[in-house]
Amino acid sequence: MADSREDFKAAAVHALADAALQKALLNVKRGFVVKREAAKAKLPEFDALREEARDVKDHTLAHLDLYLEAYERKVNESGGQVHYAPGAVDARAIVLRLCQQAGAKLVTKGKSMVSEEIGLNAELQASGIEVVETDLGEYIVQLRGERPSHIVAPVIHLNKESIERDFRRTHQRLPRQRRLDQAEHLVAEARQILREKFLAADVGITGANFLIAETGSSVIVTNEGNGDLTATLPRTHIVVASIEKVVPTLEDASTLLRLLARSATGQEITTYTTFTTGPRRNGDPDGPVAYHVVLLDNGRSEMLGNEFADMLRCIRCGACLNHCPVYGAIGGHAYGSVYPGPMGAVLTPQLQGIDRARDLPNASSFCGRCEAVCPMDIPLPDMMRAWRERDFARGNPAFNERLALRLWAFAARRPRLYHALSRAVARFLARRAGARGSLSRFPFLKAWTGTHDLPAPQGRTFHALYARARRGKSR
Amino acid sequence: MTSTPASPQGLHVGLFVTCLVDLFRPSVAFAAIKLIEAGGARVEVPRAQTCCGQPAYNCGDRKNAIALVRQVVETFERFDYVVAPSGSCAGMLRLHYPRLLADDPNFAERAASLAAKSFELTSFLVDVLGLLKVDAAFAGAVTYHDSCSSLRELHVREAPRRLLTSVDGLSLIELGDSEACCGFGGAFSVKYPEISAAILDAKLRDIAGTGAATVLSGDLGCLLHIAGRLARAREAVEVRHVAEVLAGMTDGPGIAAPRQSG
Ligand code: SF4
Repeated sequence: MADSREDFKAAAVHALADAALQKALLNVKRGFVVKREAAKAKLPEFDALREEARDVKDHTLAHLDLYLEAYERKVNESGGQVHYAPGAVDARAIVLRLCQQAGAKLVTKGKSMVSEEIGLNAELQASGIEVVETDLGEYIVQLRGERPSHIVAPVIHLNKESIERDFRRTHQRLPRQRRLDQAEHLVAEARQILREKFLAADVGITGANFLIAETGSSVIVTNEGNGDLTATLPRTHIVVASIEKVVPTLEDASTLLRLLARSATGQEITTYTTFTTGPRRNGDPDGPVAYHVVLLDNGRSEMLGNEFADMLRCIRCGACLNHCPVYGAIGGHAYGSVYPGPMGAVLTPQLQGIDRARDLPNASSFCGRCEAVCPMDIPLPDMMRAWRERDFARGNPAFNERLALRLWAFAARRPRLYHALSRAVARFLARRAGARGSLSRFPFLKAWTGTHDLPAPQGRTFHALYARARRGKSR
Repeated sequence: MTSTPASPQGLHVGLFVTCLVDLFRPSVAFAAIKLIEAGGARVEVPRAQTCCGQPAYNCGDRKNAIALVRQVVETFERFDYVVAPSGSCAGMLRLHYPRLLADDPNFAERAASLAAKSFELTSFLVDVLGLLKVDAAFAGAVTYHDSCSSLRELHVREAPRRLLTSVDGLSLIELGDSEACCGFGGAFSVKYPEISAAILDAKLRDIAGTGAATVLSGDLGCLLHIAGRLARAREAVEVRHVAEVLAGMTDGPGIAAPRQSG
């Protein structure tokens, strides 16, 4: 379902010209970058914590089969059931079957990127089940028929006014004259509508930030408390999570949670951190009667053994998106995937295939800020380069690009030839520029001169000048 | 970083000119030579050099990248130090060479030892030669753009600032967000020109906000990108490589500035 928008470039150009989007994207910096910096500054051991977290995840991934087994055992002991899904199709089918077995007419959902990844909503709806997203951002995205544009803040691309329009359009039975011009009004209205859904839902589906092998618990963090209601009110709770979410112990989860909140939103701790373990026990006042976990692979076990293994440490904090100049310029939708930004540039080609997603790892200036802020120390630029290498090895880049590279490399490996060519190019460009300092047009460099002038060379190459100066000296 | 040797006298430095400096702005390499010599070391420029291999490496052409990397190792391994007036090329030598040649029994160690003695110019001057001030004058306010590779690959931040503040008459005004990329990214600027330009425009607004008449950086790639768009917009901000200012070689026009008549 997460089909790549084939033409990334066209989508990017479109996004750059979208004034409302551009205005909304300014909030990324204000809302996330500044707050993360402040939260990190208040935690002197941040870097030590980062190393610890990396080691926890690396250890877990090295023994993933064992931890998954341990987790499954604990889930079973607590009365729940684990279902393995090799791919998106399998995961959708399992969840649909579980919903049908529960006789579900209405399903509420907490925020779950994995369910976005597998395109779960469409599948359930096609079978006549009503699906309601309960995270405010996801709810709005659902009303609009869009996908989230950010993994933490699904509607970062929208402003209040457009959300107000969406509410008026879709909440037709509410009074026309009501006020909706403040964020509080919007939140209150969504609450009012969602409250009925929470109570009426037959199945609640949540994602998981972590799965804990030691206890068989799944952990979600939210700022709205919607996840709790989704998990505890319906008779059936289904957790949909990917296999790399497992960590060995509660202690490990708490290490990761400390990094997650600070890196994602600059909070010390997210407002709600909810642990769910199995269905309601005898004597429990609430909780579901049935508890299922659908564990999705979808390419992860392949990544364990290839050059993208480090990516499996990702805790989906979104810091790499927030600090990415490309994401900041074009927003999330242009990426054509539920995972945008640097983390998406690495994950999406694995999920969709490099042929369909080849622009994503290419559209990076390799500025390295993503890697610098990643709380899990994931070498994102190196992995984007690894995708470029795979792409190149398959003969993918455009013929022109390959030819240019080949000619350039041929010359660069022959210094005498290279110097002769450089001398000619420098002289030619300098002559064409004349007294002007730059060229506004140049046949072979249209891609550059479309947006900037080409600065003129000084006229002679360094090596030519240097050789002449040395000859002068030795005479 | 390597500790300061007792005496830089006699240190033999190979200058890695960089392909962009060679082609576009030889004055930067002459400025670099002047500065390294002022720090007491001896500079040699091997003729068998072309490019550090980044264009191939970053386009995924590993085979050609490795061929070039070997060539650079062979050419430069005989020096005590290798210095480039570019954070991006120095970062390539320091961080990426050892990884590219890690599986090559004939080259792995040689690449690692080359990496350990390769430096970006300003950091070499300050951290290795112990140069704390330069003998140069420049009237006016400048701002400094850290290239991403200098900043995040090599952690060079203080060195250029320290030297710049020793320039007579110069005042340094920091950018609002000195960690932000200018959007150059080599081939990225040609493959995705609109995105690249949008990122650059944020940087240009930041530059304009400082009120400085001159913008400096240690990487000619960023500078060509910045100067090219300023020229297109007919903005009068002067663009120069930091080495030119530190060496007091600012008589000629800035990057993309028209040649003065007469
Ligand atoms: S790659 Fe790192 S920064 Fe990006 S979402 Fe994952 S953990 Fe966060």
